[in-house]
Parts: sequence; structure tokens; C-alpha cells
Amino acid sequence: MLVFAVVFIAPIVYSLYISLFRAQLVGDTQFVGFDNYVQAFTDAQFWSGVGRVSLFLVIQVPIMLGIAMVVALAIDSARLYGKDFLRIAVFMPYAVPAVVAALMWGFMYGPRFGLVGYVNDFFGWSLPNLLTPEWILLAIGNIVTWSFVGYNMLIFYSSLRTIPTSLYEAAELDGASQSHIIRHIKLPAIRGSIAVATIFSVIGSFQLFNEPSILQSIAPNAISTYFTPNLYAYNLSFSGQQYNYAAAVAIIMGVITMVVAYVVQLRGIRKDES
Amino acid sequence: MIRIFNRRRALAGSAAAVALALTLGACSSSDNGGNGGGETETDVAAALEQGGDLLVWGWDATLPPMIEAFEEAYPNVNVELANVGTGTDAYTALQNAIQAGSGIPDVVHMEYSAVPQFALTEDLADLTPFGAADLEDSYTPGTWGSVAIDDGVYGLPLDSGPMAMFYNATVFEENGIAVPETWEQYVEAARTLHTADPSKYMVGDAGDAGFVQSMIWQADGRPFQSEGTDVTVDLGDDGSNKFAEMWQPMLDEDLVAPVVTWSDEWYKALGDGTINTLLIGAWMPVNLESGVPEAAGNWRAAPMPQYTAGDDTNAENGGSALVVTEASAQQALAYGFTEFSNSGDGVGVRLEAGTFPATVADIESPEFTGKEFPYFGGQKVNEVLAAAATSVSSGWQYLPFQAYAVSIFNDNLGKSYTSDQPLTEGLASWQDAIVSYGNNQGFTVNGG
Repeated sequence: MLVFAVVFIAPIVYSLYISLFRAQLVGDTQFVGFDNYVQAFTDAQFWSGVGRVSLFLVIQVPIMLGIAMVVALAIDSARLYGKDFLRIAVFMPYAVPAVVAALMWGFMYGPRFGLVGYVNDFFGWSLPNLLTPEWILLAIGNIVTWSFVGYNMLIFYSSLRTIPTSLYEAAELDGASQSHIIRHIKLPAIRGSIAVATIFSVIGSFQLFNEPSILQSIAPNAISTYFTPNLYAYNLSFSGQQYNYAAAVAIIMGVITMVVAYVVQLRGIRKDES
Repeated sequence: MIRIFNRRRALAGSAAAVALALTLGACSSSDNGGNGGGETETDVAAALEQGGDLLVWGWDATLPPMIEAFEEAYPNVNVELANVGTGTDAYTALQNAIQAGSGIPDVVHMEYSAVPQFALTEDLADLTPFGAADLEDSYTPGTWGSVAIDDGVYGLPLDSGPMAMFYNATVFEENGIAVPETWEQYVEAARTLHTADPSKYMVGDAGDAGFVQSMIWQADGRPFQSEGTDVTVDLGDDGSNKFAEMWQPMLDEDLVAPVVTWSDEWYKALGDGTINTLLIGAWMPVNLESGVPEAAGNWRAAPMPQYTAGDDTNAENGGSALVVTEASAQQALAYGFTEFSNSGDGVGVRLEAGTFPATVADIESPEFTGKEFPYFGGQKVNEVLAAAATSVSSGWQYLPFQAYAVSIFNDNLGKSYTSDQPLTEGLASWQDAIVSYGNNQGFTVNGG
């Protein structure tokens, strides 16, 4: 209990505490009550970051989970040759550290000397430069999808494996097709896993940091210092010395994440019961 | 910050090869600060004799050989050099140490742009009592102006970066382009080159705060003025507008390669003739040699283009100083070390290691200016750079929160490089952000 208090509660309490003050380069630190929170609620830069990760969440998460689901079902269908290889191959990117993945993709996106540049030169195509403000979110979505499809696939696959084979045998006796089996046996059985994977993905999206932070060095005009709420808090704190305001931003973002994750969980459970 | 980092890294190789070159005669004498019997100046000499332990923070590759020479000259002093990071990382570490009140170094290597911030918070010792003010004339005006703030002297210049135009003479020749002497000619040359070969650009620019500031400086803009905590920001002053007007067509007509400075792509572009001029500090040659070996023989140095033909106005780009911390318990000793390094015999050692000096005597010494650079086709590059150093205009000031201002540069000017937002609009938005941050931090900031 004491360990729990020190490890989990103390950092949160400390963040709450410092978020009530304002330190300045000139002058003393003052107690400002909830001023930092008031400021955050009217901070256009903060909310543009929230908007950006929300958009990312709504588009990227369904695509990623969809691909993961298809792959998991394919591997589970037992009709696939080399499924062990496929499973490892899809999972492999998850083992690549996010920073390395972002660097790697960053090189490939390069319109002049990257893979995109070579493909354009070689085929005479004109693939868009993904490192521009219009495309950068797609570029990041691609990296995240690449990294996490395998992880989510494994969650789905492991819960597919827990379905007793007697159910399939019964279904086959009843003359059910594969699509019937998927729709009426497999998907309902792994609904819990889908909820879990969705919650993880929601949290992951709101915490988006590594990929934009790395790509920023090669696309400084496309990724602002407030591109995501996490990046914003980081820059406020480390280049702006606005630790107190950064703490307030972090806490607001934490609360938003918890609320959204909770709503997703509620929906998941309700469907489970129905 | 990254600029300095790369330069230092580039220097590391040559520095390692440097033997103890104590005897280079070109350096200015260390006793030119002596005006007789100022008490604290005697303290410096006594402290050096008596000795002690000094903690120095820095990432400059010319520091280690200089420290070796220092310890040989003053055997009682033991110097410990720690590299705690480059640029912003080092300043964050310093801020943390100061806040914690322990582990504070005696001497810190600091870029000119960061000096005002630490001077303002009274974390740096005023070196005037030790005789630093007497050294004013031995440094170039631009570098001296960066350490002499509000009647105090908060460091001694370590090196300097007067701007110059490096150009790819081979590509210029192939395309019949004369070396531009005015900005008008420069922009025209950019058009000619890019029209002749659309894969070639005059210059690369993806929005770089350091570059824009130096260019404004060169256009006689002085957008940042501060006295104590009163700060004026005017990124719409004549100089800023002059630069913006000149540079706008370069962006509008896609005459700049949108390549981020110091990226791998940038180095490649410098080597294969994609980017053909560099408007950058005098510390660049050693960096070209190590970073772009494939272009050996192609590059040359020339003075910066001017707004009016026949003028000779220049600016600094980068450069750094050594400063003594207010918290140091042995400021006299720390100053003795700093003076040895930046004014005394240490300068010669660092010259050998490839530094571009801030001391007038060294910049003007025939040994320095006469050196032929094989990479530059045998050109006496330092001759051009030394002349560039003397034409740097004075009066430039950095903000007392420069690091933060630089970090939000692309937030505000990014759109000027990727869409049709004019530079002047980007500068105005940057100004607003700087003003509001400064006022939030307890300064009195006025937009011009």
C-alpha cells in the first residue's frame, strides 16, 4: 500500500501541487490557484493539439485494428500456409523501438534522397511529399500502424485461440459457412479483447509523442511545438521553463484520456452483456 | 544549437591530432589586461599560482588541448572538463544545477545567444573587477557586444562566426554565373541557375531561426533590445523588412531548396551541386571539409552580398564565449583560466585545433590569413573571413529568453516556407508570441 502511494499517487499529487503555482524567469514563484487551468482551457494551441490527436484517433485506430483483425482471423483460419512466419513478420515491427521506427520512416519519406525520392525518380511518379503540413498526419499514422498492427493482432489471435474447437465442430455440423462462423462465433467471443485493444489505442493516440518529436527535426515546418498535447507539455516545460503550466496541461490531458478510455470501456462491456 | 554541435563534432577529429602547440607566436599577450595594481587583478595572478580545482563545462573540441596547455603553464591548477550536452541541453543542465545549488561549474562554455538570459538572472559573474573590460579592444566588436551587457562583462569571447558566402565555383562556372556582390545580383543569379537547371538551387532554406536573425542583423535590423527586464521586440523594423522583401521572391519563385540545415539531405545537396551557396558563419570551412569531402576543390569563400553596391556590412552567425558562474567560490581562478583560453596563450592552441578566433590580433595575423586551404582550391579563405569579421556591425542584442524564442520560430514562420504566408506576416506572428511569452515570464515587453 505504501509502495502504491509512493509510486502511483505521489507523482500525481506533486503534479497537481505544482500546477497551482507560476514560476517566472523574472520575479518569484507565486501561488495562482487554478489560473493555469483557466489559461489552458482558452489556449488555442493546446486545443489544436487535442483536435489533431482526436482526428488521428478516429481515423488511424479503426484502420489499424481492422488490419490486425483481418490478419488474426487469417492466421487463425488454419487454411494459411506459413502462418507462423506471417505471425512473426507482422509482430516484428512492434519490437522495433518507436524512435528507431520514426527515424527509419523519416529517411524513407524524404522527397529527394529518401525512398519516396528514388521511387519518383525511377518510375517518373510524383508521390506527394509526406513531410508537408497537409500529409504529415498520414505519415505519422502509417508509422504507428506499422508498429502496432502486430501487437493488436497478437491480442486478437490469442483470444481467438481460446474458443473451444467443439463450437466450430457444432457449427460445421449445422452447415455454417466461414463467414457465419466469423460473424457469430469468433467476433462475439473476442469482443472483450477488441475493447481492450481499443482502449490501449485510444491512450496511445492521446499520448502521441515519439513519432512527431523525431520527425520534427526533418519537417520543422509541418510539426509545430504544440503538434500533440504531449509534445506541447514537453516543449512548454523544457524549452519554455513553464513547468507549472505544463503540469496543468498534462493533468487536463490525463483526465480527457481517462474519460474517453472509460467511455470506450463502458461501451465494450455493455455490448458484452447484450 | 545544432549548428554548433555539428561544427564541434567536425572539429573533434582535428583536435585529437593536435599536439601541445604552446609555441604558436601569433596569439595576443595575456598581460594586455594589466592596468597596474587593481586588487582583484592581483588576486587572479595569485590564484593561478596558488592553484586549486576548477570544474569546466563545455562541448567545444578545442577546449581539451587548451586545458592541457593551461595545466602545463599552471601546474597547481587542476581542471576537470565535463561535457554535459550541447547547446540547450547544457543550459538546461546548468539551470538545474543552479536551482539545486550544487554541482555548479566554475566556467561554462555558452553560445552568445544564451549569455543575456543567464546574465539577467544574475547567474553569471561580472568579470569587470578582474580587468575584463580592458580587453574590449582586443576582440571584434560583434563578439564583444555579445558578452558586454548592461555595463557588465559576463564572459570572454571564445570564437566567432562572421558571415560569409561560400559558393560552388564549379557550378557557378558551368552556368555562367558571376559571384554576386549585391542581393539583387544574388536573387537574379538564383533565377538564372534554377532556370538553367531546375535541379539546382542557389541556396537551401527550410526556415532556420539563426539564419533569419543573422540576415536581419546584416540588413541593419535590431529587432531585439533589452535593458534589464525591459525588452523591446520589433521584427517589423527597417532591417527586418529589408531582409524579408529581398528574400520573399526566393521563396515565392521556389528558388530555395526546402532542405533542413544539418540534415543528411543537406550534406548530400552540398556535395552534388543541388545547393550552391551557403550564407553562414566563418566556422564553416572545417565543417565542409569533413562533411562534404566529395566536393573538394569546388567551394570558395566570398564576402556577403550587400543591399547597396559598395557597402560593407556584415553580421555574426553563431559563436560562443566562456563565462564564469556567480556561484563559483573561486571566481579569480576561473577568470584566470578564461583569460588564458580566450585572450592568452590558449588562443594559439585553439587556433591550431581549427577555431575561428574572436581576437582581432589573431584574425589579422599573417600566419592566419595566409593559410591556403586545399579544399578550397588553394584559396586563402581566412583572408576573406578576416575581412568579414571586421565589417560586422555593432549594436545587435539577443533576447534574454532567446532559446525559447528560437524554439517557436517554425511554429510561426513555418507557413511562410510551406504556403503563401508572407515572411513579414510570419515575423509579426513570431513577435506576438515572443511578446506574450516575455510578459508571462515577468519581463516588460513591448512590441515595436
